[in-house]
Amino acid sequence: MFKGVDFFPHGTKWKIIEKRVLFVGISWALAIISAILLMTRGLNYGVDFKGGSLIEIQAKGPTIDVASLRETLNKLGFGELQVQAAGTNGALIRVGQQPAADEAGEAKAQEAANAKIKEALAANYDWRRTEVVGAAVSSELKMTGVYAVIAAIFGILLYVWFRFEWQFAVAAVVALVHDVFITMGMFSILWYEFDLSVVAALLTLAGYSINDTVVVFDRIRENLRKYKKMPLIELLNASINDTLSRTVLTSVVTGLAVLALYVFGTSVIHGFAFAMLFGILIGTYSSIFVASPLLLWFGVKRDWSDDAAKPAPGMKAKA
Amino acid sequence: MMYFSRGKTLTILAICLAGLLACIPNFLSNETFKSLPSWAQHRIGLGLDLRGGAHLLMAMDSDQLKKDWLTTLRDDARKNLREAKIGFNGIAATGSNVQIRLTKPEDAEKATAALKKLSNSITSARFAGAADLNIAQGPEAGLITMEPTSAGIQDRVTNAAAASIETVRRRIDALGTTEPNIVRQGSDRILIQVPGVEDTAALKRLIGETAKLAFYEVHPSVTAEEARSGRVPSGYKLFKADPKDVESAGREYVLRENPVVDGGDLADAHASFEQRTNEPIISFRFNQSGARKFGNFTKDNVGRPFAIVLDDKVLSAPVIREAILGGSGQISGSYTPESANQLAIQLRSGALPAKLTVVEERTVGANLGQDSIDAGKRAAIVGMIAVVAFMVFAYGLLGIFASIGAALHVVLVFAIMSVLGSTMTLPGIAGIVLTIGMSVDANVLIYERIREELRAGKQPIAAIEAGFDRAYGTIIDSQLTTFIAGLVMFLLGSGPIRGFAVTLTLGIITTVFTAFTVTRLLVAWWLAAQKTRKIDAPLAYKMVRT
Repeated sequence: MFKGVDFFPHGTKWKIIEKRVLFVGISWALAIISAILLMTRGLNYGVDFKGGSLIEIQAKGPTIDVASLRETLNKLGFGELQVQAAGTNGALIRVGQQPAADEAGEAKAQEAANAKIKEALAANYDWRRTEVVGAAVSSELKMTGVYAVIAAIFGILLYVWFRFEWQFAVAAVVALVHDVFITMGMFSILWYEFDLSVVAALLTLAGYSINDTVVVFDRIRENLRKYKKMPLIELLNASINDTLSRTVLTSVVTGLAVLALYVFGTSVIHGFAFAMLFGILIGTYSSIFVASPLLLWFGVKRDWSDDAAKPAPGMKAKA
Repeated sequence: MMYFSRGKTLTILAICLAGLLACIPNFLSNETFKSLPSWAQHRIGLGLDLRGGAHLLMAMDSDQLKKDWLTTLRDDARKNLREAKIGFNGIAATGSNVQIRLTKPEDAEKATAALKKLSNSITSARFAGAADLNIAQGPEAGLITMEPTSAGIQDRVTNAAAASIETVRRRIDALGTTEPNIVRQGSDRILIQVPGVEDTAALKRLIGETAKLAFYEVHPSVTAEEARSGRVPSGYKLFKADPKDVESAGREYVLRENPVVDGGDLADAHASFEQRTNEPIISFRFNQSGARKFGNFTKDNVGRPFAIVLDDKVLSAPVIREAILGGSGQISGSYTPESANQLAIQLRSGALPAKLTVVEERTVGANLGQDSIDAGKRAAIVGMIAVVAFMVFAYGLLGIFASIGAALHVVLVFAIMSVLGSTMTLPGIAGIVLTIGMSVDANVLIYERIREELRAGKQPIAAIEAGFDRAYGTIIDSQLTTFIAGLVMFLLGSGPIRGFAVTLTLGIITTVFTAFTVTRLLVAWWLAAQKTRKIDAPLAYKMVRT
């Protein structure tokens, strides 16, 4: 009977904690670069957050000439239109909010612009979808997005705090925020559209990236109780090395699933899939190289001899 | 952890079987589906992004509602005060209230009493009993202010929204499209989802316009120019001509304030063609009281014009040639067959209390919808294969058990969604693909733990026990944090985000279930099979040992 190939090296003794300044330094550098990018270049906000309309079209032939399309569209007189390629022969056209006196007028003006554009392109292109978001709704969606991210991070913080000590919770959340930030920085560099589905991906990422971190923390806590005499650095190193196979393999498996989404998904799901893919990568990195050093710096308690083991919800406490 | 009582085993198998059965209705053709007993008629709906169709979020013009209410209040107040024989110098509606100046300040009490009759108590549950109108005296003597309370405005908006939904539903039903979904969102917004519709421009025109039709008396002598430069005669108002009518663009008319008959008196309206000229027209018919009012009016005013006004714009002002007693007539103008039909539908369904404006639209073409379904299927299948291949490669037989668990987990997610009648969207499919990966994660955690226990020297069966045991806490922790994120998205999100949150949270629940029941059961069976076959420990040991 095939027993499977245990290809992941065991018993590794990588000195991760010793090099913590390097690893955490790298992640901090990436986070700061992301912050600078977000402040200067900003994000390619989708219509969900900026308002206006998005029209997706597909060329009737196998290829699309985005440059000439942009030229044709800009001549129509609706302001500067953003045109991005989507897939092999598609394009996403973004039309800014056409100005008008009031909400009703804005809706009508936008409608007129959309209709004109569709008309102008009908000969050579097929229409795929239209998304129009008014100013009122886009500001609501922005607020909802921000609340959701804050609520999720807060909820996760509370849960990890409930299961572990506060140092663990803070370290986990700092690693998590760093992951989300760097992923956003990536979106700034690549200028992928940042819409609601990307925010959903970031939220999912928040929940998922904690998984790996919790696996490591679980082991650390177990070891803290078992090896009371071991120096902290050695213990942390051992914990990370022990759980290495688990953190990497779970990320590989989920990564495979998300890769399928990224490769085969339509333009609608593209931003989401990329955010998840990159986020899994960065999340694994932070779980292995960043979360534990943070624990060290936050001063995790060394003496656990008087602490009864905290059981997982649903399990009875073990003696 | 490896022991399963008979009861537990049967329960797990029963749940899996039920899951499989619940998915079946999704694959039946429409006729077969309808022939099922009603308790079995549950299946997943396709979201608009997979089916193609229009998604419109429309906001009601609450300011217009308030203005109309104040105008009605002003007219009713005038009538009440006249009946009570209370004199007043001026009565006007401002932006937020109606102000009345009494000739005799001593009448204030009597006036307030007369006006109180106009105030209603709100019937809606939230503000039950509260008055919708605030009538106050002062600050100057003889000044009475009627101001709608905020509860009153809220109530009115809510009622108008409910009425609007009905009107919109009637208009859309007239188009004959399949199962539109029309619900209220918030206090003054309506969400309309119409599958299969791709040209939203016509749909928006049909739904957005109020279509308030009314017939007014034209002032017999004063022309619009005289009224403009001088004074508008009391009881009359200036109306503009319909800007779409090129001939009389910019013209104005002096019309009596209150119409003779209006849309509420219409019994029927439909589009047809004028007998002689063949141009598209709208024929209408009044109900009994409308026919009577109109008949009397035309009888008394033969030879004079009357105005046909739509949405406060004058369509035309034909001269009355004879008394129209039959209560029917026509509206003609520069109508195309489509626009005539549209107006007929709007008139038949009743006027909207206020204009509806599109604040959000997400319309997907049927082609993209089909492509999205195909892409979703492909991603799910490829993802599944990739994950299964990896698991079998890395864990052998145990990997196969994990894959069976993952497959059953997808079946269970579909089953729950079918029973709930949920809607599947593209983000929803993404959620399922993601949870395939995550369900296998749980198994990886268990298996790696088992391998670790084996390396530490435990016997295979004990190692498997310990693996499941120890991994339990970690799996709960890891799935719960993602569950929290999914919950936040479900509560705060809307539309596609919600669809994703639904499959994500359901996926997590079923993942925990399958990892701890199905996979464990399979392993336990396999272990039991080893025992009964009297294959002793060394072979079993070789099976799992690395």
